Amino acid sequence: MTKNVDAIVVGGGIHGCSTALHLCLAGLKPVLIEKDYAGRHASGVNAGGVRQLARHIPEIPLSIRSMGIWEKISDLLDDDCSFESHGQVLVAENEDELAVCRARVAELNALGFTHEELIDAAELRRLVPAVAETCPGGVVSRRDGAANPAQTTTAFRRKAEQLGAAVCEGVVASNIRYRDGLWYVDVGAETYAAPVLVNAAGAWAGKIAADLGEPVPVETVAPMLMITSRVPHFIDPVVILRGRKLSFKQFKNGTVLIGGGHLATPYQERNETVLDWKSLATSAQTVFELFPVMRSATIVRAWAGIEAKMKDDIPVFGPSSRHKGLYHQFGFSLHGFQLGPGAGAVMAELIVNGGTQTRIGDLGIDRFHPSTL
Amino acid sequence: MTVAPKREDYDVVVIGAGPAGLAAASTSADAGLSTLLLDENVGPGGQVFRAISSTPVTDRNQLGADYWVGADLVQSLRASNAEVIQRATVWSLDRNLEIAVSIGGASAFVKAKRVILATGALERPFPIPGWTLPGVMTAGAAQTMLKSSALVPDGRTVIAGQGPLLWLLAAQILRLGGRIDRILDTTERGNYFAALPHAFAFLTSPYFTKGLSMMREVKAKVQVVSGVTELAASGDGQLASVSYVAGGKRETIPADLLLLHQGVVPNVNLAMAAGVEHRWDDLQLCWSPVLDASGMSSVTGIAIAGDGAGIGGANAAVVRGRIAARAAVEALAPAAAAKLAPMAALRTELAKAERGRVFLDTLFRPSPQFRIPSGDTIVCRCEEVTAKDVLESVAIGATGPNQLKAYRRTGMGPCQGRLCGLTVTELMAQARGKTPQEIGYYRLRAPVKPITLAELAAVPKTEDDVKAVVRG
Repeated sequence: MTKNVDAIVVGGGIHGCSTALHLCLAGLKPVLIEKDYAGRHASGVNAGGVRQLARHIPEIPLSIRSMGIWEKISDLLDDDCSFESHGQVLVAENEDELAVCRARVAELNALGFTHEELIDAAELRRLVPAVAETCPGGVVSRRDGAANPAQTTTAFRRKAEQLGAAVCEGVVASNIRYRDGLWYVDVGAETYAAPVLVNAAGAWAGKIAADLGEPVPVETVAPMLMITSRVPHFIDPVVILRGRKLSFKQFKNGTVLIGGGHLATPYQERNETVLDWKSLATSAQTVFELFPVMRSATIVRAWAGIEAKMKDDIPVFGPSSRHKGLYHQFGFSLHGFQLGPGAGAVMAELIVNGGTQTRIGDLGIDRFHPSTL
Repeated sequence: MTVAPKREDYDVVVIGAGPAGLAAASTSADAGLSTLLLDENVGPGGQVFRAISSTPVTDRNQLGADYWVGADLVQSLRASNAEVIQRATVWSLDRNLEIAVSIGGASAFVKAKRVILATGALERPFPIPGWTLPGVMTAGAAQTMLKSSALVPDGRTVIAGQGPLLWLLAAQILRLGGRIDRILDTTERGNYFAALPHAFAFLTSPYFTKGLSMMREVKAKVQVVSGVTELAASGDGQLASVSYVAGGKRETIPADLLLLHQGVVPNVNLAMAAGVEHRWDDLQLCWSPVLDASGMSSVTGIAIAGDGAGIGGANAAVVRGRIAARAAVEALAPAAAAKLAPMAALRTELAKAERGRVFLDTLFRPSPQFRIPSGDTIVCRCEEVTAKDVLESVAIGATGPNQLKAYRRTGMGPCQGRLCGLTVTELMAQARGKTPQEIGYYRLRAPVKPITLAELAAVPKTEDDVKAVVRG
């Protein structure tokens, strides 16, 4: 039997859940289809960084839009998502790196963006007292912070469902086709039909796009993270390094999350990853050098989530260049979590109003193949 | 002195030196395969033969003849060419058969053509009110102290629960002059009838006469209350009393030590972290790996032997270890397999060793009220999550153990679910009207045992680093 809805969202990550929620807020009845469960992959197991800092310029407007939603996330979701805003700090480990930071902030200022601020050694030490004394400064984005990714994605899903979205978990969206102005998707024994289809399927989205005639240069990656046992509180902001691959965050309960983008081997069809401990050891070494206080902490768990990375490291976001009613929202390339709330809001505007005030023009899929509509 | 593995690659790496691991390693090494046995304890033996080479208990009657069987297994191992490393904690195993092991504070990586997991069993969680109080411990922990240091309780001691190991421990404590004030037997009365059809096999098994005489020995010295249907520990920051209901009557007795035990379940953490498929066992009420007749798991190259393959006891573990090792020999050095006991003979021996198991599993199937707690009883000790907390999370949308992490952090502490996993699965299954198989289990991650950041930081990163270390 075919069920008619207003929109079909494929993918229950933070992006699909956020879009479903914002469509509900706009008065639409969407269905959200997730092959596993909401937040099973990258959205539920990422580092939880809520970061405007150090973003690619084309996605900064979307990031700023998102930040406004993060700061009122409890109002939207009735759940605080464990969001905390203690800033994010990019640490320069030497003068060369600091010079790059200086140039970056100047470039952003010239474009009218003021969220990144250059800081000297004294301010760095004030914000991150535990950092090694040799670091000459860095960049801070003071409104940034972190949230609990699984809690957040789950909260988006729950709120979307409360507001009327149908949520299908544990079933694959298959046989996607377009006929007489409607998109049809099979979900187990059911078929859903809607004028709108949103492809927010993360690591699985590239295949959906390709099957619909819009192949893009995307690969599946699995960035690794590890978490330590509880250690006494010593740091508030999230810290990332300018030169080496490291991100670092202490939670309220004392545990410390260590990430930075070293990759595991993904086995996408099995929903599995195999960790590369030698790379994780490199991260451990970096922490060992920068934060002596962490040396005796124990690593209790390491993991990796499966996600999509574009060749140019910026997402595919906006309407299809080939099909009416098809929208893409994927390829967030290891930095999609913070964008989730804003991207859902903007996607709902694109679908409902046909346009948005938020500048997203450089993110379209037509950058890979010019429009044919 | 720290002894790192001598090579980077082995034909067979056996993990765990209990009965299964000892048998597997000596079989594999005797057939000429390069064999490494990694074990976490200070000496071989596992839990059942703990401290077999070092125990201060010298009177053989005190620990029983079954314990000293371990000495022969250790002797065979020592006579073989297997490389054995004690105090070696394997903290990662993946589907490429890469093993990370911590030895004396330094980690090394080895690769195997075959891995035989012999990680044994864990005691089933026993989540009653007050089970996290100081003064309440598992019977297994008490047995560890008894075997390694001849330490026995001398305060007011209550033992509660059920199963063969409970009676064995009680007998061992008494023989060593320890004190037991009362034994509270939680075996469900209905289980005796349910087990009856399987009694014949048990009567002809070696467990029967031994078990019976042990129970008789204990009952002659200690008051045993049977048919206990409720159990709670209480005290202000320290165990002070144990209360129970038997035959509809509640009684409270003062106690300094409460030893809890309701059977053992496979220790699945390393196997699950490696991606081995497990299924819910409805009789043993636990997760067991899906294995073929040679103990081979769903991950190519990883076999599982011993209680980690499903609870079968020490005798079955030895045979399962030989079977898994023989399968490895058949695959890697077929010519050498001819010298080993034929597979058919091993399987017959295994069937004999497993005889009576269904009877024991049925008789000692723990009651729901001792597996599935309610109200303020703690479920997850690491994060102090109660049964009520779990049920509230289910009510607002948590569908399984992994989703529950987003609500309550259950299973995310240092124990990685060892103390709460089964409870959470069964509690959520009951609350959602699903089977434990449908509800599932935590996805487990390496490091399966925590390692320090400093140790990980010191791991050689590049091929050049590795060579430098090997040459150095």
